[in-house]
Amino acid sequence: MTPILTVDDLWVRFPGRVRTVEAVRGVSFEVGREKLGIVGESGSGKSMTGRAILRLVPHPGQVTARQLTFEGIDLLTASEPAMRDIRGHRIAMVLQDPKFSLNPVMPVGDQVAEAWRVHSGASWKESRRRALEMLEAVRIRRPERVYRAYPHEVSGGMGQRVMIAMMLAAGPDLLIADEPTSALDVTVQMQVLAILDDLVTERGMGLVFISHDLNLVASFCDRVLIMYAGRIVETCRAQELGAARHPYTQGLLRSLPRIDRPVPELAVLDRDPAWRDGPSA
Amino acid sequence: MSPPAGSPVLEVERLDVVFGHGADAVHAVRDVSFRVAEGEAFGLVGESGSGKTTVLRVIAGLVVPAAGRITVAGEPQGPHRPRGFARVSQMVFQDPYGSLHPRHSVDRVLVEPLAIHGLARRGEADRRVERALDEVGLGPSFRFRYPHQLSGGQRQRVAIARALILGPRILLLDEPTSALDVSVQAEILNLLARLRRERGLTYILVSHNLAVVAHLCERLLVMNSGRTVEELTVDQLRAAAPSEPYTRQLLQASLGYDRQAAAQLMTFD
Amino acid sequence: MSRAGQLSGAAPWRAWLLSETPRSRAQARLGQAYVSWLGFRRNGLAMAGLAVLIGLLLIALCVPLLTDRSPFAQDLSARLRPPNAQYWFGTDELGRDIYTRVLYGSRITLVIVGLVVVMVAPTGLLIGTAAGYMGGWVDTVLMRVTDVFLAFPRLILALAFVSALGPGIENAVIAIAFTAWPPYARVARAETLTIRNGDFIAAIRLQGAGPLRIVLGHVVPLCTSSLIVRVGHDMAGIILTAAGLGFLGLGAQPPAPEWGAMIASGRRFLLDQWWVATVPGIAILVVSLGFNLLGDGLRDVLDPKVG
Repeated sequence: MTPILTVDDLWVRFPGRVRTVEAVRGVSFEVGREKLGIVGESGSGKSMTGRAILRLVPHPGQVTARQLTFEGIDLLTASEPAMRDIRGHRIAMVLQDPKFSLNPVMPVGDQVAEAWRVHSGASWKESRRRALEMLEAVRIRRPERVYRAYPHEVSGGMGQRVMIAMMLAAGPDLLIADEPTSALDVTVQMQVLAILDDLVTERGMGLVFISHDLNLVASFCDRVLIMYAGRIVETCRAQELGAARHPYTQGLLRSLPRIDRPVPELAVLDRDPAWRDGPSA
Repeated sequence: MSPPAGSPVLEVERLDVVFGHGADAVHAVRDVSFRVAEGEAFGLVGESGSGKTTVLRVIAGLVVPAAGRITVAGEPQGPHRPRGFARVSQMVFQDPYGSLHPRHSVDRVLVEPLAIHGLARRGEADRRVERALDEVGLGPSFRFRYPHQLSGGQRQRVAIARALILGPRILLLDEPTSALDVSVQAEILNLLARLRRERGLTYILVSHNLAVVAHLCERLLVMNSGRTVEELTVDQLRAAAPSEPYTRQLLQASLGYDRQAAAQLMTFD
Repeated sequence: MSRAGQLSGAAPWRAWLLSETPRSRAQARLGQAYVSWLGFRRNGLAMAGLAVLIGLLLIALCVPLLTDRSPFAQDLSARLRPPNAQYWFGTDELGRDIYTRVLYGSRITLVIVGLVVVMVAPTGLLIGTAAGYMGGWVDTVLMRVTDVFLAFPRLILALAFVSALGPGIENAVIAIAFTAWPPYARVARAETLTIRNGDFIAAIRLQGAGPLRIVLGHVVPLCTSSLIVRVGHDMAGIILTAAGLGFLGLGAQPPAPEWGAMIASGRRFLLDQWWVATVPGIAILVVSLGFNLLGDGLRDVLDPKVG
């Protein structure tokens, strides 16, 4: 599969007064038109990796890499106007909580329409029409009613679907989703993931799915990267996760409680300091 | 469905909870009843808005019900809990960052309940505090730290130590591991299982995570929109034999993403 | 790597304070205080304000060391002299040394500000936290009383009190205190409303704590930072109100060297003998500005908003 995104030796550093924090330490991977999952616990650097791709790392973070290319465009040296064009239009991002991503004083439909207008320059009428189409595409049953609603009037699952509609309005090639369903109930999670699944398949998009939920990522994605302390410790196909080789992955899998496999005591992860300094897979 | 033999240590009968008045009234809990025997671990499972946390807070006395009766250790409970209730039942909260006072050291957090109940004589308090810390796997070096110097897992251990220091019989656990990393969750779940074994505690565990409930509990109650859906044992859950479609759907969704299953999801309102 | 480890070359007491595993209550508390101090020290504004406060305190304490004249000593043959080698800030209309009077006036200013703050901050704090925590009719009654006091412009209300009680420093202090407490009650109540929903409050309630223990031990410590910030900002206003009262002849009475009163009596000579009114005016300016900076600096340190 030809990759649309190539990341080679990505580092994200935060220089501070006392010491420099290295959030991402030499991460390399490729994303094609597939669903790639990045799994890690807090502090693993998974969110920062997603942000670094779009150069959205907060100040004073510094992003360096040997290569960071998207469809032939060098993301490291692209100008800020070029990045603005890429963000949302070519690469879209969906975050965890729609409450923080949606403008609270604008009806959600208008926000979707605006996203479309910004990237296509179409008229308001045309944008409105497209917005209703997008709301339907994310399985919202009464798009006209939801169009007029404000963000605080819609449920979490609905809000997340609106976010997806906004992000997809411009037809991106790559979608980066950072814990998009973690704040949702488990059944709503399934519904939102099904929407993402269908959209990715229909449009041939690439999807980078960042999550702490190993089980979910293993069942949803095609390939999985496991991150620990800023490095990738394991890469494998999702179905092969059970045969993971790295002790951190194995430890994570064993420490999860499973309904179908009761154990009297969960295996506790024994952190080996060598994992921090081992080579990035 | 009744608990094993022996009088129940907790009895909830026809509980109704309403927030707000008139047109804005929200019926958070409707007609919920269940019993828990001493030494049992009972789960309350549901999605957000199911009312499971509200039920727990009613048991604790933090919320006053509109109707229904709570009986703890044979004593029917009125709108306000008596002083001694603190030595019968305690609660562990979901957010380890919110359940400890930001300006109080671990020592203060653990001594205060003793002081309130007159158990803090000089050497006695020191002894109890050190034993409490030891029991939750924290050494004496943690004693004078402040919450911002502790990790999420360590804070939750302190919260558990605080809950146990008065020697209660019942622990009310409100999603105790949902805010923690997976590896830390395993440690806390093991700790909770061990403490229950050693002290013969009764647990009422609220969680949206069926796997966690299945690991710690023996029986569970499934709730949706304030109402009881069904009560079943964990064995029945594992055998994929819940009778209600809502429970089956919840169980299916908990096992991971499945495209076909997602297509068949129904909305229950 | 712990901070203590990095400072292994530095003084051992520093390492003791910054230790991540304190072994006693005292060590833990002192360590926290030290860390807060380090944060404070990094803020330029806060340090400038602190310098002004310390300067004021030192001057007030050491006045006899800085001048050997009396603020009341008159020399009618040396009236309205401009600043020179003998009288550094010149003399006023009764031949008194303005430099000496300004120095002694700092004591009066400090006393007024100190007394007002000591009376007002705890009162406002207790009223606000009680109202916020108890809610119900207690809240309503306390807040309506607060509203009544807030409705009056500060200086006017102070004037009314002083007119009723009679002029003088003590009455001026009481009058200013009466008008200064409502904002503290408001701030404390607003903070309490947020704090009381926290899980840690629910936890201590479940442990059988009564409202008094909760308010004093759990709510009040969290309100103090915003209150301190407010005090810092308010001090400038208190100084100006005291000066206003003095200016109107209702605060310190002549011949007391209160800065506001000095401006009042020097007003007549403003055009030709500008130093009589201007020097005490500059003193007020410097001290107010210093307290304002201190308030800003404290706010940045204690209550930073991520920007």
